[in-house]
Order: sequence, then C-alpha cells, then structure tokens
Amino acid sequence: MHKGKGMKFVGDSRITAERKPNIPKDYSEYPGKTEAFWPNFLLKEWLVGAVFLVGFLCLTAAHPAPLEGIADPTTAGYIPLPDWYFLFLYQFLKYEFASGPYFVIGAIVAPGLAFGGLLLAPFLDNRPGRKVSQRPIAVSLMILGIASVFWLTYESAAHVDWETRAEQNTPEMPVEVEIDESHPGYEVYQNNSCIQCHGESLEGGAAAPALTNIDLSVDEIKDIAVNGIGDMPPGQFEGSDEELQQLAEFIVQVNESGD
Amino acid sequence: MLQKLYDWVDERVDITPLWRDIADHEVPEHVNPAHHFSAFVYCFGGLTFFVTVIQILSGMFLTMYYVPDIENAWRSVYYLQTEVAHGQIVRGMHHWGASVVIVMLFLHTLRVFFQGAYKKPRELNWMVGVLLFFIMLGLGLTGYLLPWDNKAYFATQVTLEIAEKVPFIGEATKTLLAGDPNIVGAQTLTRFFAIHVFFLPAALFALMAVHFILIRKQGISGPL
Repeated sequence: MHKGKGMKFVGDSRITAERKPNIPKDYSEYPGKTEAFWPNFLLKEWLVGAVFLVGFLCLTAAHPAPLEGIADPTTAGYIPLPDWYFLFLYQFLKYEFASGPYFVIGAIVAPGLAFGGLLLAPFLDNRPGRKVSQRPIAVSLMILGIASVFWLTYESAAHVDWETRAEQNTPEMPVEVEIDESHPGYEVYQNNSCIQCHGESLEGGAAAPALTNIDLSVDEIKDIAVNGIGDMPPGQFEGSDEELQQLAEFIVQVNESGD
Repeated sequence: MLQKLYDWVDERVDITPLWRDIADHEVPEHVNPAHHFSAFVYCFGGLTFFVTVIQILSGMFLTMYYVPDIENAWRSVYYLQTEVAHGQIVRGMHHWGASVVIVMLFLHTLRVFFQGAYKKPRELNWMVGVLLFFIMLGLGLTGYLLPWDNKAYFATQVTLEIAEKVPFIGEATKTLLAGDPNIVGAQTLTRFFAIHVFFLPAALFALMAVHFILIRKQGISGPL
C-alpha cells in the first residue's frame, strides 16, 4: 500500500483521493492463447451454462420429484433405501465381513481409510510428478476405489424393483372424516356385521378396505351391502330396507365430511 | 448515468481495485475448450458451483411453503407439489439438483485427481474440496428426511441406527441428531431441518469462499 507524505484522502476517511484507472489487464504478453476471463471467457461460460440449464429443466419437467405417502412408523414390511449416492455404503454394510461383530470394520475402519486417504491424498502421493504414469500406486488405488463404489451401487440397486416400489407408495392425502355416531345409520352399521371387517371408524382392516375416501352413490352402496363385491360375499346385510337406506346414507355422509 | 453512479461509489469506497481483482484473471489456453475441446473437463468445477447456486435459490423458494413439523411437513410438500404454481418445477430442481451436484462433484474430483493437480502447493485446496464433498453428502442426507414420507422416515431410521452402533460416541451422536435416544420424530425433523438449512450451508459458504480465494491466489494448475 502507498504510504507517506503527500497522500490525499477523501474527506477524513482512509480512501485515497487518487483514482485508479478501471481498465483490463493486457494479456498479449502471456504464454499461449491466454484469454481474459472478463468479459470474453465469461460469455462463453454463460452460453455453456444456459445449455446445461435447459437440459436440467427438461429433466425436472420430464420426471417430477417423487413423493411417497406420509411417514407412518406402523407401515409393515417397508424396505428402507437411502438416496442413490449412499447405496454403496449401505450395500457394503450388508456383507458378512462388514456387519454383526465386524460392524466397526464395515462402518468406520473401511470407509474411514477410504475417505481419510482421499482427504490426505496430497501427503500420501507427495512426489512432484503429476502424470498418471509417474504415480502408479495412487492411481491404481483410486481406480480400485471407484470400481468398488460402482460395483456396490450396482449390486444394491439391481435387485430393487423401482417401479413396484413407486406404485406401492404413491402419495395419498390422509382424509380426516367425522364419524357421527348418533346417526341412525351408525347403529345399523354396528348391528350388522359391517363393523367386524370395516372397523369402528370405517377405517378398514385386514379383511376389508376402508369405507372412507370412496366415491360411491347411496344406491351403489346399498347394492354392495346386499350383493357383496370382490371378496365380500353377498347376504352380509340382514336388516330392513329402511335400515339399508340409513346405512348407505351414513356412509355417504361420512365421505362427504372428508372433502 | 451508470458511469456517474459508479464514480460516485468509487470516490467514496474505492471499489475499482476490488472489481479488477475479480474481473482480471487469465484463462490459460490449456483450460479453454475453445482452443482444446478436451479442456471441457475443466468445466465440472464451474458446473458444480452453478448447480449449487440452483440449489440455494430453489431451496430458498421451497422454505416459503415448507413447514418443518411432523403434522404439516408432508402436507406442505404435497401442497407445493400439487397446488402451488410451478411448485413441482422448483421442488424438481431441488430434488434433481441434489443428485446432479454429486455427479458434478465426483467428476470434478476425478479431474483434479487424475491430473495430479492437488500436489504442492495445492494440498490445502484439495483438502478443502474433499471437506466440501462431505458437506454436500451431509446436505443430501439431511435433506432426504425433510419431505417426511415413508422413504425419508425409514431411511433416516436406518442411518441413525448405524450412527448409534459406532463405539463410544454413537449414542451421543444419535441423540444429537435425532433429539432423543429412541424416538425418530418431531425433534428429529426440526434438527435435520436446522442442520440442512443453517449449519451445513454456513459451513459450505465458508469453505467455498476459501476454495475460490485459494484458486485465485495460486492460479489454475498448469498443463501436464
């Protein structure tokens, strides 16, 4: 920094009163075809970035981000999977020599060595030669590492049926319905066998689906109650016609309350 | 007009040296794809930065709707995905960007490694870069839980179980991350949200600044 007598400042500040010219450096004396970053090269980078962005936006438009159903800890038999870039670690922990009593090897020692080696690569491979042929050990260890990551990722992902997974876990808005237990239809629901399979709050069970979030008319419900549908046998309903009407109206009312 | 405005600011703050520092740097022939097409490998670092910027911007817009609470997290994402104008695109950019940034980081790391560009005097910048890679993986791990759907919940449970089994520090780590020694729930979601949105981005910005300042000070590595 310029110091000493004769310096002029702006007011009482420490900003020098002498203006520096705002002109780019001259690169003509630099070796080779050196180019200025601003604005020549930045414009080219900008174009490459624009092409990249268009491709990226095509990807997002063609494949919307997945979303599964709301987290439910009681979901039975859900097979957890991490994001794809953790699959290799996840797969590694499944092998016998890396799990159970050898967990510490699989989860800490092996990844620690691999990633620690990556972090400290400049000190492990510390000779000046930069060419691949001048550092065979470092390069072959890296190739081995990359090959194992690719192999483990493949082993983990190849056995997953991604389409079925996506189909089984589509997002559904959980519907909160009001069960009006004073409705005459609820009494009919209780007194017939409906409640045994379809549950106290129409939530369904192992033997029958939920009666909430269905799109059926009163007449259609009456028909199903009497004649059955799918696994539901006919003749389940044993009340009067009036009771049947009350039952169907009750179920429709519950469904309307959830909208 | 613009020039006058610039001069007005420059007289008071002396920004010209700062601006020339940013604008004036050479792009040597061997890294310029316009002269040698194979130099496209030098683009991966810049593309990583570009996707990181996409992640920051799309993430900022996502937080305008996202609610980090177990009752509403999934519902807010569902709403964003189905009702909000362009919500699907913004969330899609954040989702796919998280994968693309890992791919770009990987390619950038390979370029630097196979060119031996981490050798003296660039050891420090290599280590900063590897730390950036770890932070990016941490962002991916914590972001995976935030939609609070089944895959998020069960994957996080597995992750925390693995963390728990680490000797000596495992249980403390799990409690720190999940907010409870046993429950993966409301506390876990808020903690992952805080880590994803405040802690890790802060570390990311600091290390990115160091990464870029070091590149500028040392210059890009020469041709092989």
